[in-house]
Amino acid sequence: MNAPVRNTNVQLMNGNHAVAWGVRLLSPDVAPLYPITPQTPILEKLIDFQSQDVLSTRLLTPESEHSAMAGAIAASATGARVFTATSSQGLLLMHELLHYAAGARLPIVMFNVNRTPAAPWGFWPDQIDSLSQRDTGWIQLYTETPQESLDTTIQAFRIAEACEMPVMVNHDAFYVSHAVEPVEIPDQEMVQNFAKKPDRSLWLETGSIRSIGTPIGQAGWNETRREMDVAMQRVVGLTEEAGRVWGEQTGRHYGPLDFYRTDDAEVVFVTMGSMAGTAREAVDTLRRNGVAAGLIRVRLFRPLPISGLRAALAKIPTAIVLDRNYSPGLGGVLHQELKAELYGMENAPRMHGMLAGVGGVNVPPETLEKLVIDYKDAEQSQSPIWVD
Amino acid sequence: MKDAVETPLNEAEFHINDYIRLEQMPHFLCPGCGHGIALRALLWAVHELGIDKDKLAIVSGIGCSGRLSAYIDANTFHTTHGRPLAYATGLALARPDLHVIVITGDGDSLAIGGNHLIHACRRNLNLTCMMLNNEIYGMTGGQVSPTTSPDRYTTTTPAGNTEPVFDACALATAAGAGFVGREVTMQVTGLKNLMRDAIQHDGFSFVEVISDCTEIYGRKNDLGNSPEMILSQKSQMRPDAYRNTVDVPFRPNALTCGVLTKTDRPEYGKAYRDMTARLRGEGK
Repeated sequence: MNAPVRNTNVQLMNGNHAVAWGVRLLSPDVAPLYPITPQTPILEKLIDFQSQDVLSTRLLTPESEHSAMAGAIAASATGARVFTATSSQGLLLMHELLHYAAGARLPIVMFNVNRTPAAPWGFWPDQIDSLSQRDTGWIQLYTETPQESLDTTIQAFRIAEACEMPVMVNHDAFYVSHAVEPVEIPDQEMVQNFAKKPDRSLWLETGSIRSIGTPIGQAGWNETRREMDVAMQRVVGLTEEAGRVWGEQTGRHYGPLDFYRTDDAEVVFVTMGSMAGTAREAVDTLRRNGVAAGLIRVRLFRPLPISGLRAALAKIPTAIVLDRNYSPGLGGVLHQELKAELYGMENAPRMHGMLAGVGGVNVPPETLEKLVIDYKDAEQSQSPIWVD
Repeated sequence: MKDAVETPLNEAEFHINDYIRLEQMPHFLCPGCGHGIALRALLWAVHELGIDKDKLAIVSGIGCSGRLSAYIDANTFHTTHGRPLAYATGLALARPDLHVIVITGDGDSLAIGGNHLIHACRRNLNLTCMMLNNEIYGMTGGQVSPTTSPDRYTTTTPAGNTEPVFDACALATAAGAGFVGREVTMQVTGLKNLMRDAIQHDGFSFVEVISDCTEIYGRKNDLGNSPEMILSQKSQMRPDAYRNTVDVPFRPNALTCGVLTKTDRPEYGKAYRDMTARLRGEGK
């Protein structure tokens, strides 16, 4: 019979334009946006689409990121499907409202381009901007390629709306945001069936008396967090399901974790975002040289897929965690999270936390290969290690 | 209020290289950008007033204007988007001996930092704020700002701007700024004199500099090359978009320029120090 029909609409585009394409295919109702390097191409591409009349989303350009998120919250509270995008300082300015959006259970989807925060000023890839928002209640996903950024933007709406929690998708400044690659644009009808807009109750409706954000007693506030806990416990499953169904439709399968040559691995890299691309190169070279290396890429960071990580790492003697971020006084955030999640596990790997690429410095595959040679048989490192 | 006549002006010849960090050159401004002219006028005013560079603190925010602090050979502070006036407030209160000058832009001080501007005007702390108005978010590639003239094209207004504009000088006056002025970059001497008067003013002073963004805004709106844009600033900044609250003589068919507002209000830093001295005295 006929072979599965593959979409042949492949275009060269950068990561930010791929995000804008994902938004275009779904055409959410409202998108408040404020320019910031290196996110601005998402905003500009959306406006370009709107001016071509191929995007029905109502775009707002308010006076700050804080106002953009305030607008996103209010629009979402009416039942509208809402998208926004930002980076670094913009995300940090939104911080107060990130808690609000999650607490109000609004399934907003935001794309964040990971960039160094000030001071000093820099425009370089570093994930501390979003990682420092990890306790706000936003689901966090990290992507590796422009294609994945397009695909994940669409999956994010499905995940967010299924559990009524906001989702932040992240990709690295420049390495992904401005790198141009071939990107397959999925069929719009397929996309819209994949992420059907749910019939959310209209919270701000004059016909019924409802109020958002009203002061509440201790027990009531406590209850809201318990409900968020229940919702968050569904997220790993929802991410698996969204990635599986997307794979059936497009041939590109995704999950909360991405495994590369881990089956018989004796040492693995664990990382997030574009660093995984470099790690793949290093893994291939190491394998050619007889070292059983592999890679686990954490795609879903909040909530962490704990059972998946435990199952994968139980079989592997050594894990080298690559953090393109630095939490002062702590070390790499992913490293610390993994240590906590694997605490008390039998056959846990010896872990080494590497501060690799903090501030956007380049980390070539050769550096990663040397880390494996130096650390695969070493005792577990107690302190984070700065990678030169 | 200080009397400008009491302070003799420094009559030595002005050499801009004495006031800039040559190691920071070449600068990042686009060819034809008016910000360099404004920078020169500011430093010329500093020179004429004989201000010791060690007593000069330049505070800037984010945007093309924000980058200027890096080029000035003084104490410089490159702060966050929209907040230089908030930083400068802390600086001026802690160090009343410094000349604190804020360099900001229309996006920086009228959009994301608008709140800080009106409260700086109201509080009347001894600060000088030079706002470079080029009608655009230049650094991020040309998005609409609160001063983008009606119908102008930007990357976020592909069909022309439909949002009303702020008249920054009217805003500052209404919010209580004691000294408010405006000048175009074509009038370099006039701008220098205005900045000199603003720095000398005892209290919050606000100067709007009509600058030009030739590369992005000018190109997109077919406003000509840099000299053409600068020559037409007076009339083509859409003066009809500005509603001036202060009626002073000005060039016909042009924006109101020069000193627009000058009032004698208590300077906040002095009022604060007087209050603490009084309380200490009463406590003895």
